[in-house]
Amino acid sequence: MLSVRDLDLYYGDAQALAGVSLDVPAGELVALVGANGAGKSSLIRAIAGMELPRAGTIRFRDQDVTGKDSHTTANLGIGQVAEGRQVFPSLTVEDNLEVGALLPRARRKMKATMQEVFALFPRLAERRRQTAGTMSGGEQQMLAIGRCLMGLPDLIMLDEPSLGLAPLVVSELLRTIRLLNEGKGISILLVEQNVAASLKLAKHAYVLENGRIVMQGRGEDLLHDDRVRQAYLGL
Amino acid sequence: MTSDRPAGAGDRRRLALITVVTVALVTLPLVGSSYLVSVATLALYLAYVGQAWNVMMGFAGQLSLGHSLYVGLGAYVAAGIFVHFGVGPWAGLWLAVAICSAVGAFIGLLAFRLRISGVQLSLLTVAFAELARIGFDHLDWFGGPGGLFLRVGDRNHIDLLGFRGPPAMYYYAMLALAAGALGVCALLLRRRPGYYWRAIREDEVAAQALGIDTFRWKMLAVVLSSAMTAIAGVFFAFYNNSLFPEQIFGFGRSIEIILGPVIGGLGTLFGPIVGAVALVLLGDGTTEILAKAGVDLPGARQVVHGLVLLLVTIYLPNGLWPPLARALGFQPRRL
Repeated sequence: MLSVRDLDLYYGDAQALAGVSLDVPAGELVALVGANGAGKSSLIRAIAGMELPRAGTIRFRDQDVTGKDSHTTANLGIGQVAEGRQVFPSLTVEDNLEVGALLPRARRKMKATMQEVFALFPRLAERRRQTAGTMSGGEQQMLAIGRCLMGLPDLIMLDEPSLGLAPLVVSELLRTIRLLNEGKGISILLVEQNVAASLKLAKHAYVLENGRIVMQGRGEDLLHDDRVRQAYLGL
Repeated sequence: MTSDRPAGAGDRRRLALITVVTVALVTLPLVGSSYLVSVATLALYLAYVGQAWNVMMGFAGQLSLGHSLYVGLGAYVAAGIFVHFGVGPWAGLWLAVAICSAVGAFIGLLAFRLRISGVQLSLLTVAFAELARIGFDHLDWFGGPGGLFLRVGDRNHIDLLGFRGPPAMYYYAMLALAAGALGVCALLLRRRPGYYWRAIREDEVAAQALGIDTFRWKMLAVVLSSAMTAIAGVFFAFYNNSLFPEQIFGFGRSIEIILGPVIGGLGTLFGPIVGAVALVLLGDGTTEILAKAGVDLPGARQVVHGLVLLLVTIYLPNGLWPPLARALGFQPRRL
């Protein structure tokens, strides 16, 4: 579905990504782990078309999307839940969802998609007329995911979805992510600092360090790898 | 976006209120004194330019502190070709709108392509307005610092083609413009541009992540706002009959434009109107009372405007309109 090859990304003179290659096969959940500043968000932004890579290619469903604008990639089916639950705080839940469905590919099915999102997150249905900024962190994260679903993505890139959420909410969130992947067949690229949880969830995982992929393999295997355990699990 | 409340007493009250306001606005020149008509024209003028500015800042979140640029440019373009070539205001209007849209597009292109936003963007708009102020001082074709004067027409005869006539004609023209701007904004907010603008205003990165072409919609806001403001400039030229760079491009003029929407309620449809009316009533009311008392205090109006701004910012940070709307039974929705 998504295939990144030898991607180089610079911010001015500072190199953020160096020769990154990564694949997300159709229908799979792939995890990307790494420390703060390793380049995880940069990779997501580059795939989404929000940063222009200096070299390398990004292909999505057999189409070259390298350097395409984010409104183009989004309309091709690359969805993104950005870091920090970026909901529109003074818009209502319903309006937030409607903004997510403005893409040409999703506009006509807006009503039906919204019912699906409400079925997935009943809390959002209860709070449809409430402004997003007044909701709890967990609810806002649900809204951010729901808003992304409104664009009918084939691939969702989640950037640190569990950041700052209570443990109970995190496990609910991870269940939802699994449901989206296994139940709805949406391919997922999951970036998480909660390394243990995301490696358990993922079929395949990549470890990013200083802008380079230093390790990759089955999530299960990485979970038991000594280096990973030492560096990211503190064991 | 839909209201589920059944029609009832509240709706009848709102309908009655809208009827009363409409009748009052339409009959004002027939019953009011010429002073009242001129004050009301000023209020409508400020409501209109405030609405135009609100498209850019209130809806799309792009702060311009140099909107006097478009008023002045629109006024000078229409007045210049009228004075030199005898081209009337209706043709001048199109040229003014075209030039101001182009200048707005240029500033937008410059800012948004270079990813200038926030304070830097507003400083850029100030810089262009100042550039125009100083530049027009040196353009002899437009009269330079000595001013550009339009032949004053017959005040007792209505000449719609030449846009010359009694004060009431200018009042009705401004009323039509303010009503038209309100209608256009109401329509845009309910449709896709409104959603895009609000998303960009709230969180531009998130909007971009959702696949919104933020550049395109910010450009639309800037161009629409500058085009609307240009029309106010043409009106100003033919209403005022004299133009001076200092008077029309001054920074104070830009501030005057934004005071209405800020005091009335940023990003709301009725905020610019309520704010303009409040400012004119309080500002001119104070100077009038002072004049009656025999006190001549130059700058009293500005002091009142400053006080109103201060009090609103402290006690009603969302502006006058949201609480007023609730009191009147309207749904106070920050669009």
